[in-house]
Amino acid sequence: MSSDGENDEFLYEDEYDDAFDQDDEAEEIDSMSEPDVYDALSPAIEEAPQKKPYDVSWKVKTLQEITDMQNKEITKIQSVLEVPASSAAILLRHYVWNSEKLQEQFWNDPAAALEEAGLSPPSSPTTRTSALPPSPNKRSTRSLRAGPSTFLSKRTKSSASIGPFECPICCMEFDGPSVDVNTYSMGCEHRFCKDCWREYLVGKVKGEGESAKIQCMESGCGRIVREEVIDELVEKDVSKRYHNLLNAAFVADSSTLRWCPHPNCEYIIQCTQAPARMLNQIVPTVECKCGHDLCFGCGYAASHRPVLCKIVRLWEKKCADDSETANWLQANTKECTKCQSTIEKNGGCNHMTCKKCKWEFCWVCMGPWSEHGTAWYQCNRFDEKSGIDARDTQAKSRASLERYLHYFNRWANHEHSAKLDAEFYQKTEKKMEQMQNSGNLSWIEVQFAKQAVDVVIKARITLKWSYCMAFYLKRNNMTELFEDNQRDLERAVENLGYSLEQNISDTESIAKLRQDITNQAAYVQKRHDILMDDTLKGYLERRWEFSVDV
Amino acid sequence: MSGLAVKRLMKELAEIQAKGTPEGIILLSADNMQEWVFLISVLGDETIYKGETFALRMKFGNRYPIDVPEVTFVANEQYQPPIHPHVYSNGHICASILGTEWSPVLNAVAICITMQSMLASNKKRIRPEGNDRYVKTAPSNPKLTRWHYDDDTV
Repeated sequence: MSSDGENDEFLYEDEYDDAFDQDDEAEEIDSMSEPDVYDALSPAIEEAPQKKPYDVSWKVKTLQEITDMQNKEITKIQSVLEVPASSAAILLRHYVWNSEKLQEQFWNDPAAALEEAGLSPPSSPTTRTSALPPSPNKRSTRSLRAGPSTFLSKRTKSSASIGPFECPICCMEFDGPSVDVNTYSMGCEHRFCKDCWREYLVGKVKGEGESAKIQCMESGCGRIVREEVIDELVEKDVSKRYHNLLNAAFVADSSTLRWCPHPNCEYIIQCTQAPARMLNQIVPTVECKCGHDLCFGCGYAASHRPVLCKIVRLWEKKCADDSETANWLQANTKECTKCQSTIEKNGGCNHMTCKKCKWEFCWVCMGPWSEHGTAWYQCNRFDEKSGIDARDTQAKSRASLERYLHYFNRWANHEHSAKLDAEFYQKTEKKMEQMQNSGNLSWIEVQFAKQAVDVVIKARITLKWSYCMAFYLKRNNMTELFEDNQRDLERAVENLGYSLEQNISDTESIAKLRQDITNQAAYVQKRHDILMDDTLKGYLERRWEFSVDV
Repeated sequence: MSGLAVKRLMKELAEIQAKGTPEGIILLSADNMQEWVFLISVLGDETIYKGETFALRMKFGNRYPIDVPEVTFVANEQYQPPIHPHVYSNGHICASILGTEWSPVLNAVAICITMQSMLASNKKRIRPEGNDRYVKTAPSNPKLTRWHYDDDTV
């Protein structure tokens, strides 16, 4: 799936610093010689398409592989910095998995680096021994900690040796060995009962969705709660959610990883060739092992080629919010000059009386009706400057609305067609059966119809987005060429769609239809590739000019 | 209410009854274990709130003290919220201790002390920026507001 590109100008790994780059390259070579298990399961995506200069290579990872990636980093840091694994994990998460920066800071000032990440310095005897709860043997080293605590928390420190201990949160008392069994403190020595810890941790994980940044319960204590502590204190399901959150944070923090956005899909896409700064010239569409396309750049759950991520975002916002409703209001309504209520005039004369504030004005010039004197129903103030300005604004607003609607209707039309894909397949399937029966064709001989439907559906998605693209393109020669390509594809798709809807009467017409559809499908595919190729190359050649910043 | 919250609040109440509250802080009502009201005034002559008394209402949830209580200044005919850059005219308070900085070891009196010192360090008699807009759209429970803590001076 990921071919090592001959297109070196598109491999930015060298200057693109990420913690996993080195691993990627090593693994990519591995997978070339020895395809991994998942490729074998889905041979469809194994046939690597020829890589174009605007394509990116990617890998699909499983959750286990993501966990392994983290563990690999943790093991590395663990041995380099000589700290326990859980400390290495906390350090890495604090430095957002940038192991170079972590090492630099750590060797510069180990104590400060640990402190900043929410760990005590290594000189403290509790760092290592407190890794697993409970740590009763260390309680003798506990010292009274002065701090801005309240009167309740002062009792935290009263748990000396075997003396009675009262949890400063729930006020439960513990005595003798039950202090060790039922209470717990981290290296920071803030002791609480395990029930309170549990309650707190469950709230953090389930309620607030926190993972890597869960701190000690003491006010102002930045000590991070270790993984194994959480695993031991909470129920299995909470612990599972906690680890899922850790993984989610790891993927979210990495610019080279992205979750597959499709429902119930747990794969993660890894791609090193689509950093954010490249997204003004590439559209990194990738295919997940679940069989769906997605955009690695923005996480859009389908291909939005050939349109840039940023333009897609603008378009979606434009279509989703009420900006166009506002446009309509502007084009079709006026506001009462006194109370600003929006008024749509749906008939009657120009003498308007606001329903809300009873203000009387002229619909034509918007001036107060009283100034019209006896010239009722015939406003002669129309040519005054204020009137001209007002009409200009309205005309402009109408034109912009019409332009938007032109593109939106075409976009929405293809969007709507895409929703009927399943039906389209069904209808075609029925027709294929019919052909097998009446035309005496074999199963393999009627597959051309399904292939043609595949082509139509793919082309429609591209066409859909091409209208969004055209809406944002500035009017120039390049745009005209783009729209020529668009028109050719649109026409080819419509013709093929029409042929696919044809009814079959006799054997002879089936043969002809088959010939037609096969040819047309090939033509659509060609037009599609031309539009896609030209548009995507156009970004690299900086040919497109947009009416918005990209 | 859960046993945890009640037990803890009883303990806090007993503590207040035994040791009293810090100067300038009075427990006005604690009729049940769900809602307490404290009276807060700022001590000394330096303060811009000299002679004023404010009522601070705390509503304790089931998960108190793991979860922060709902804390607002009372706004009615008798009491008005202090005019402070972090206090909205509906009594909502923007303070990190009532949000991300809350710790279960803190308690009702600790909240009062923090509020008292927040008032004491203030020199400007102004409402927060965007007060009117916020008050118009704010949820009745301030915990549902996403606070952004950006001013450490008062």
